[in-house]
Amino acid sequence: MVLIYIDQDDQEIKKASYEAISYGAALAKQLGTSAEALLLGTVKDNIADLGKYGASKVHQVNNIALNSFDARVNANVIAEAAKALGASVVIFAHNVNGKAIAPAVSVKLGAGIVTGACALPKTDVGFVVTKTVFSGKAFASIQIDTPVKVISINQNSFGIEVGDGSATVANLDVAVPTSSIKITSVDKIQGEVPLTEASLVVSGGRGLKGPENWGILLDLAKALGASTACSRPVSDSDWRPHHEHVGQTGLQIAPNLYIAIGISGAIQHLAGVNRSKTIVVINKDPEAPFFKAADYGVVGDAFEVVPALTAAILKSKGGA
Amino acid sequence: MKILVCISKTPDTTAKIAFAEGNTKFDENGVQWIINPYDEWYSLVKAIELKEKDATVAIHLVTVGGADTEPIIRKALALGGDEAIRVNNTSNDSLVVAQEIAAIAKEGAYDLILTGKETIDYNSASIGSMLCALLDQNFISAAVKLEVNGSSITVTREIEGGEETCETSLPAIISCQKGMAEQRIPNMRGIMAARTKPLKVVEASITTATTSIKNFDLPPAKSGVKLVDPANMDELVRLLKEEAKVI
Repeated sequence: MVLIYIDQDDQEIKKASYEAISYGAALAKQLGTSAEALLLGTVKDNIADLGKYGASKVHQVNNIALNSFDARVNANVIAEAAKALGASVVIFAHNVNGKAIAPAVSVKLGAGIVTGACALPKTDVGFVVTKTVFSGKAFASIQIDTPVKVISINQNSFGIEVGDGSATVANLDVAVPTSSIKITSVDKIQGEVPLTEASLVVSGGRGLKGPENWGILLDLAKALGASTACSRPVSDSDWRPHHEHVGQTGLQIAPNLYIAIGISGAIQHLAGVNRSKTIVVINKDPEAPFFKAADYGVVGDAFEVVPALTAAILKSKGGA
Repeated sequence: MKILVCISKTPDTTAKIAFAEGNTKFDENGVQWIINPYDEWYSLVKAIELKEKDATVAIHLVTVGGADTEPIIRKALALGGDEAIRVNNTSNDSLVVAQEIAAIAKEGAYDLILTGKETIDYNSASIGSMLCALLDQNFISAAVKLEVNGSSITVTREIEGGEETCETSLPAIISCQKGMAEQRIPNMRGIMAARTKPLKVVEASITTATTSIKNFDLPPAKSGVKLVDPANMDELVRLLKEEAKVI
């Protein structure tokens, strides 16, 4: 059985978990077994709806202590659950929480692990999982040599598949260790889609010359319904908040569309965005290295091109 | 307080990524090696900051790798560790590396273990989490801030769309990222001192890997950028809608 861990934050199921279920369901089909989900704590969402993404059953460890994340406690509970249920593969989203617990679970299960997977395993000979390495600059195919396997999948690498199934929900009784971590405050940016979950991102670099010029970028983002990001020099100069920094040392994101405005495309920046499905580069320097990594390029002055693009998008939406 | 800082050797961030021996090995030809930036800029410098506040803090460094990792560990010592341990194991299986570090950690009875949030080569982000299970200690990942008050610590970590602050007690394992500390450059005094700091070599004790790398691939080359006339943004919108199908 393929068991998929459902990540929650503040009693809401994370979007990355839906993708993990779709991936787990496809793998279960490939292996001729069932895909079942594991939920720790309680959520406001309708749990049976997880069936839409491909889970036939949801096992819920119904203990409200688990609504606060603690890597040690969660890993213990997941490992005990996986043993009790006889899971042969355990799937995680490779998001903040998944990264914190999947390797610990693999240790407790004596299972080999591949983190950051980007495709379904090849299971005709052995069990080989492809993952991104060198910050998205290459792929490695890694064979897991243990009977039980753990995989965490990169966000937005497989896609969410929505059907019309409904999952049965069952209580699972697993001992929950006492947490010795006390969460004292949570500071979330209100009303914005987290960058790592955004499907459309508009990003600005030094080419915009100063924080006072961000209006044209924000207008474009608003017209598209996109989240906003920036390059390292921009966040280092405090033109934009640090949580918007994407790149090698900032956030690594994989949206469907990444529009880079006035960003030259240094290799460290590309490391944070090279898994984007489509990249649009707007830069007045035709020699900017970013054009080599782009799908679409506009060589021109951002202060003219960006408002024109915003107008074109609004026009196309108005006509749709 | 005793701190163990985990150090990994990685190719420079600008290194050309190529593979050798039928795409089964990373091509090390002409590659510059550095301390994994997350290990250096954030965990090691954070440990140094803690020692600057409290001189009784001892910083030990551990690396798992062959003799070719020694220049890296000497550089880390030049930045500020007190002593270093190299476990002579060249495995690239995360679990093997974590088990070797766990053995060192158990013997040294450290109050705090710091790792980078991931290495920039294999991007596995696994060692801290594995140590959590191997040592049964609290683990806080992707930390951007750490304060130590006696035996209790306050840690702020990244969550999707924000940050979360929590309190716990030592011992603990923390993986560090940007925000934790600022990059430093080793000074001449540090470099001279590092030459004589103890660097102990421990023989490998773990040999059973759970995974094996079959091969590497480079992503298919982009078919080339399609340039759009800056005076025709309607065309770009059309391409994004009809060709790329992303909006």
